[in-house]
Amino acid sequence: MPTVTEFFAGLFGNRTIAYMVTGIIVGTILVAFVALSAIFFIWLERKVAGRIQDRLGPTRVGGKFGWLQTVADGLKLLAKEDTIPGNADHFLFRAGPYIAFCGSFLAFMALPFGNGWVAQNMNIAVFYMLAVMSTEIFGIILAGYGSGSKWSLFGGMREAAQMVSYEVPMAICVLIPVIVAGTMNLNEIGNKQTGGFWNWYAFHDPFTFCAFWTYFTCATASCKRAPFDLAEAESELVAGFHTEYSGLRWSFFFMAEYASMFAVSGIAILLFLGGWNVGIFPKDLSETFLGSIFGNVINVLVFIVKGWLLVFVMMWVRWTLPRLRIDQVMMTCLKYLLPMSCALLVLVSLWQIVMPPAVILYLKYFMAVISFLAVVLVGLRMFLTKEPPPMAGMPGVWNMPWVKRPTVARKS
Amino acid sequence: MTPDLNHYLLLGAVLFVSGALCMANKRNAIGVLMGVELVLNGASINFIAFARFNPIFAIEGQIFALFVIVLAAAEAAIALAIVLNFYNNHMTVDVDTAEELKG
Amino acid sequence: MGEAPHGGAEVINKNSGEMKIDQVFLFWIIAAMTGLSSIMVVVTQNIVRAATWLLFALGGTSGIFFLLGADFVGATQLLVYVGGTLVLVVFGVMLTAQGPFISMKTGAAEWGVAMIVGILLYGVLAISFFTGNPLTVVQPNQITETGPNTSLSSVTLGESLLGIEQASPPGNWTGAKLPANESSGSEEIKKVRKQVSYLLPFEIVSVHLLVVLIGAAYLARAKRRRGAIA
Repeated sequence: MPTVTEFFAGLFGNRTIAYMVTGIIVGTILVAFVALSAIFFIWLERKVAGRIQDRLGPTRVGGKFGWLQTVADGLKLLAKEDTIPGNADHFLFRAGPYIAFCGSFLAFMALPFGNGWVAQNMNIAVFYMLAVMSTEIFGIILAGYGSGSKWSLFGGMREAAQMVSYEVPMAICVLIPVIVAGTMNLNEIGNKQTGGFWNWYAFHDPFTFCAFWTYFTCATASCKRAPFDLAEAESELVAGFHTEYSGLRWSFFFMAEYASMFAVSGIAILLFLGGWNVGIFPKDLSETFLGSIFGNVINVLVFIVKGWLLVFVMMWVRWTLPRLRIDQVMMTCLKYLLPMSCALLVLVSLWQIVMPPAVILYLKYFMAVISFLAVVLVGLRMFLTKEPPPMAGMPGVWNMPWVKRPTVARKS
Repeated sequence: MTPDLNHYLLLGAVLFVSGALCMANKRNAIGVLMGVELVLNGASINFIAFARFNPIFAIEGQIFALFVIVLAAAEAAIALAIVLNFYNNHMTVDVDTAEELKG
Repeated sequence: MGEAPHGGAEVINKNSGEMKIDQVFLFWIIAAMTGLSSIMVVVTQNIVRAATWLLFALGGTSGIFFLLGADFVGATQLLVYVGGTLVLVVFGVMLTAQGPFISMKTGAAEWGVAMIVGILLYGVLAISFFTGNPLTVVQPNQITETGPNTSLSSVTLGESLLGIEQASPPGNWTGAKLPANESSGSEEIKKVRKQVSYLLPFEIVSVHLLVVLIGAAYLARAKRRRGAIA
């Protein structure tokens, strides 16, 4: 199947014009995907937050589940007054959100959604993504300083220090599956994990398994999500670096945060969780009878669902764990995660050399099967329990026929 | 016109000259440091341009640029430590006031 | 004229007469942004805005690296320079930017002298590019094009940094073509450079960074602050 550029080159005749048209089309698709994902994530966050806190979340706008709540929020944000504080440095205040959003969005250029379906197939894809996401820090510094208020400056500096510090263990944890795969090309790393789910690099050896959780922790911290979100927490610094932002400018920061959450989840999926492979079929779906296009569409859907699942885990952790203090945040990075990731790097390199191949293979199967059984057992326990739900009478997951619900008079 | 080697060299020269002017003109010590960064970047552009247009130097140009980036980061760290020490001792970062060793 | 990239990667041969619109377009935009930003670093009086313009200049330089096919160096520039060095510089700015030090003005006479010196220096550099013995360089429309997924520059860089000498190409320093056989050509051309590797400089730079880390941590340790000089 020809690439999009070659298709347009055949159509137009001139290769460079084809390249530019392809760039515009692919860029539009990626921006649309990021924006729609952000809309979905905002709704999901409010629903997840509600359910974990024993309430329902938005239920009024757009039917029973509040589907249109985000659209209503977006309209409200667009209509808000655009205020800039008197002390603010106008140029820097305006430039901050755009730099942050550019940093998050550029990472999607090297992220493959399916087998060969990537905007720019780079040989250094992972390195490029890490490098580009580190330019987001400057947007935050400019926003914190440009707001002209002391609390924004504090929040911005703390955020910048946290993000810069967490890049180091994140890069080392990314290096671990790169060493196992032998390439930084994300498309090839995804291709090396076809077949059963025991081929996924998370189950390759116990140290890669630990590296997955370490990477996920560092990624959560680098996205400034709880429990590492002290610098933008309501009770501490009003809202940190985006205190003085309102309306559309604030929504740019929000979109940048959700975009970078999906980007780091995408890296985690491709490096550790098999990428676009489902994990049950022996071959890549795009090479079976389904054909190249339809098989890849299924691959893209699997990738997006896995990405949404990991973002859901980030949200779940946010509303479960309490917040860390800023010195605890830095201590976690420098005293725990950094030595741990260095040790994991050395041990993963030694594992390939020292252990006999039979042990590697059977341990891989063992770990994969145990993880799968653990997930299945937890799910079964959640759904098959006979205990009544915490708050009686609430609709939803607990509404199973075999669950005994006490009769409580409900105020309508 | 397709960019030739000379175009890239002229761009490197623009960065170099503005870095040199920045080093000479700024009174803030950190402004002088920014000039140093610009000079080093101009030199890196020259190296990479030669690496691209002359295949003999394909590896050397990129290795040089990599080393320049790494060593510039190291030098910026030490320069900032010195500037912070100066600020702690004199409560100013104005380089015009750094004349204790004069005469 | 244009040699194939090392490793025999799969290349896409372009027609030599066709103008590369995308290269022209991208080069002029990125070069304009970089040049303008670097001039604004000199011109602006506010130190924090100078740091912002420096950010754009460094980002533009990274774009130039990507345009020239050195994608590993471009990504390293973003990661180390923008995400590391520039953040460090801005932290330094924030720690010392107390009121009067944010905008320190230079006098008009200094601006005049600076402009004259700048134009003269730029003239010297520009003239030196166009005169003198030209190197045997490859014309841009004769470079066999490789995309970022077929360029093996990161692999070749890694190999030469690991000490594999075969990674770097043989050749001679003047850039002239190697003679077809050993007996022809002057003595100058026959002196072919040995293939080198860069393991030793790599190790030296690593030790250097360790020394710098310790030195900076010692220099910037918390000390008691003396009173201000009036």
